[in-house]
Amino acid sequence: MAWLAAASPAAAQSADAPFVAALGELPDAGFADKEALVARLVETGHSSAGAVLTAMLEDRLYVRNSDRRVFISTSADDTQPSLSLLDPLTLKNAGTAPMAELTKIGTNNRLRRVLRTTAARFALANPDASVRLAAVTDMLRSLDDATAELLRQRLPQEPDGAVKRQIETGLAMMAIGDSNAAVRLAAVQALSSRISAESRNRLATLLERGADGTYAEPDEAVRKAAAAAVNSIDTARAVYSGVETVFFGLSLGSVLVLAAIGLAITFGVMGVINMAHGELMMLGAYSTYVVQTLMPNHLDWSIPVAIPVAFVVAGLAGVILERTIIRFLYGRPLETLLATFGVSLVLQQLVRSVFSANNRAVSTPSWMSGTWQVNEALAITYNRIYIVGFTLVVFSLLLLVLRRTRLGLRIRAVAQNRAMARAATRRGCSTSTGPSAANAGGSRVVLPAPGGATTTAAR
Amino acid sequence: MKLKYLSLTACLLGAALTTSSAIQAQSATIKIGILHSLSGTMAISETTLKDTILMMIDEQNKKGGLLGRKLEAVVVDPASDWPLFAEKARELLEKDKVAVVFGCWTSVSRKSVLPVFEKDNGLLFYPVQYEGEESSKNVIYTGAAPNQQAIPAVDYLMKDVAVKRWVLEGTDYVYPRTTNKILEAYLKSKGVADADISINYTPFGHSDWQTRVAAIKRFGSAGKKTAVVSTINGDANVPFYKELGNQKISAEDIPVVAFSVGEEELSGLDTKPLVGHLAAWNYFQSVKTPANDAFIKQWKTYIKKPNRTTNDPMEAHYIGFNLWVKAVEKAKSTEVEKVLAALPGLETPNLTGGIAKMLPNHHITKPVYIGEVRADGQFDVVFKTPVVPGDAWSDYLPVSKDTEADWVTLKCGNYNKTTKKCSGQNYK
Repeated sequence: MAWLAAASPAAAQSADAPFVAALGELPDAGFADKEALVARLVETGHSSAGAVLTAMLEDRLYVRNSDRRVFISTSADDTQPSLSLLDPLTLKNAGTAPMAELTKIGTNNRLRRVLRTTAARFALANPDASVRLAAVTDMLRSLDDATAELLRQRLPQEPDGAVKRQIETGLAMMAIGDSNAAVRLAAVQALSSRISAESRNRLATLLERGADGTYAEPDEAVRKAAAAAVNSIDTARAVYSGVETVFFGLSLGSVLVLAAIGLAITFGVMGVINMAHGELMMLGAYSTYVVQTLMPNHLDWSIPVAIPVAFVVAGLAGVILERTIIRFLYGRPLETLLATFGVSLVLQQLVRSVFSANNRAVSTPSWMSGTWQVNEALAITYNRIYIVGFTLVVFSLLLLVLRRTRLGLRIRAVAQNRAMARAATRRGCSTSTGPSAANAGGSRVVLPAPGGATTTAAR
Repeated sequence: MKLKYLSLTACLLGAALTTSSAIQAQSATIKIGILHSLSGTMAISETTLKDTILMMIDEQNKKGGLLGRKLEAVVVDPASDWPLFAEKARELLEKDKVAVVFGCWTSVSRKSVLPVFEKDNGLLFYPVQYEGEESSKNVIYTGAAPNQQAIPAVDYLMKDVAVKRWVLEGTDYVYPRTTNKILEAYLKSKGVADADISINYTPFGHSDWQTRVAAIKRFGSAGKKTAVVSTINGDANVPFYKELGNQKISAEDIPVVAFSVGEEELSGLDTKPLVGHLAAWNYFQSVKTPANDAFIKQWKTYIKKPNRTTNDPMEAHYIGFNLWVKAVEKAKSTEVEKVLAALPGLETPNLTGGIAKMLPNHHITKPVYIGEVRADGQFDVVFKTPVVPGDAWSDYLPVSKDTEADWVTLKCGNYNKTTKKCSGQNYK
């Protein structure tokens, strides 16, 4: 990388010709040819090579149909009507062009892997530490002498601790293959404090036996250290995988709690087995879908809007259900069961008639997707974290309502002694379907995004 | 719950009965049954196939029909409910007296209607890739047998991507289970160790994928190149791919090759995180041939939506419909026996520039394509073969390697070459 940084402007100028030639061949090349072209682009040592390769990796490299010239787009969003372009040589603004006049230079898996490791070399000098970390991590996937040399040169200049540690991991992984036993031992010791799968697998190669029973690692001390290191990494990974399982259980439990709270209240307070509870949840899910279709350009905001909407829609449906049907059937559990079952069929058919029987997808907003990489062995998806959080909020709000408000007092009174509550106030029973139904609807807003992503009328 | 389910079925049945009896009007027409789920978990895939056949019928009628008679579609909705498929098939054959049925997607639905077609001597064109191990006198398999899809896909991954560890992930029913059995036997015959194969099944419509995807991630972190062979069917694919994107499993690390996910299934998804994952089919919309361009144009005009996609089972129906038309013209009759006698040996061009030939074992010749998902939901072909003849009975399973199907000379779908015996129809 040093030579690239040191390259004088004059040298960059002289490198223009082969760079332009390689670029010119890109539009008509097959995937295998593109791979060779990528290598040629890097060889030119041109100062824009890194930018071009990164753009290609991120699907931002385009050909202008009119003159077959290659341009870098500033945005990867190909749904826009026009793109603003950069000249690949000077990286200066080259105006805009409508999408219809541009063709994307495609990549495939193989090419992307080559691009990723190649582009990573250029990102080592990036001022942003997170970019450098990602670059080093990409380089660790395919370590060879050349990449190791780049890492070795970067190490003394690297200011960021995390990047430094990752570089050291990479160098240690390389050193495992060293011919000197002392170097190997030091590498094993360096890797023993890491918990990534790559370092574990690299260590495990030392313990492999050949067909004739001899170990891949001749030195006994190194072997012992490697075995101990693999063991400790395995233990650590097992612990983290246990933590992950607990979290999965918690998040799934949260989903069920959200679904069950409403059901529990209706049954506990009103003595009504609400067979239409699932359909009320379905109404909540479809409310989310409708909200999303109404605001397609503000997807990130659709969930905060959809939560109150779903509460209101499902709550209203619950109130209507109670006012028009259930209140005539109090004290007759079998009949409420049958009546609510009938309502559930009506609601299902209603949704089928309005939205058709096909699946409707609810898209997950960007802030809810992705994972939180806790460490190398543990990653937790954001949507599940939000679910657990949402459940806690709903649950504590519910507790607050039940314990601190007049409405809650009434609900508890009815639950504990229906006859007495009825004697005290004539409207005792009707208060609880609304909130519990609203709860059912609200819960479904969050549910489809992580788990189902689709809501279906045919249940 | 059971009660709810039953009465739901009853409702649908009632509704469908009234519609089909309304259609039953003129008798001079040739009736064509369409047996595809228009609701439930498989509707995502099957609705398009209904429209494809309607389009083909429409086109044939514009050409003046067949044998001087107009074609008439009888559409029923078996609602992704497997026993209901059998009831609907019976209704089509016995009540509507259709000349031919185009239908089914899942193998469980095909197995469900098989006894009905064999008893009533009907004719079913089945358009979807399937697990093989079957050749019925009354079914024409225009989709791929395992040697036309699963085996070449695994070969590609093994040779070109150097995959050493395999996750066989499927929906829990007959197609994934049989396919995975064949693949397991095949992989082991290629020297893959037991520990390097992980097989798992989930129910239809499975939506909570986080645990499974995390397990795949863990299985794939053992230092050997890992790939997932997905026989997941229906709408469970949507949350599966979403979770893959969510947990950042990129195709460069662990590629997923799907046998039941095509352009149609991807059209409802954000495909950006899925770029590079693979699908194995015998047709892709992105294959550039004049026939395909014309078909895509015709489809978009017919369905009146410019962003609708075409896919492999649609091509299979296109081939199947054309084969049936040719057979009827050759036999000068729509009688099942005569059409069946006329079918073997017939040829019709497919949409990718090759020729689909009807084989004596009721399968057809198809090319194999493997494609990588692009950001726009289409596929880039990374591997293709010339046309491969479909093999009904897999050579890699000990139970079926001696079995042969031949409806021309042997008149048998399940003929044992060593014992020289025909064990008759074999369906479970």
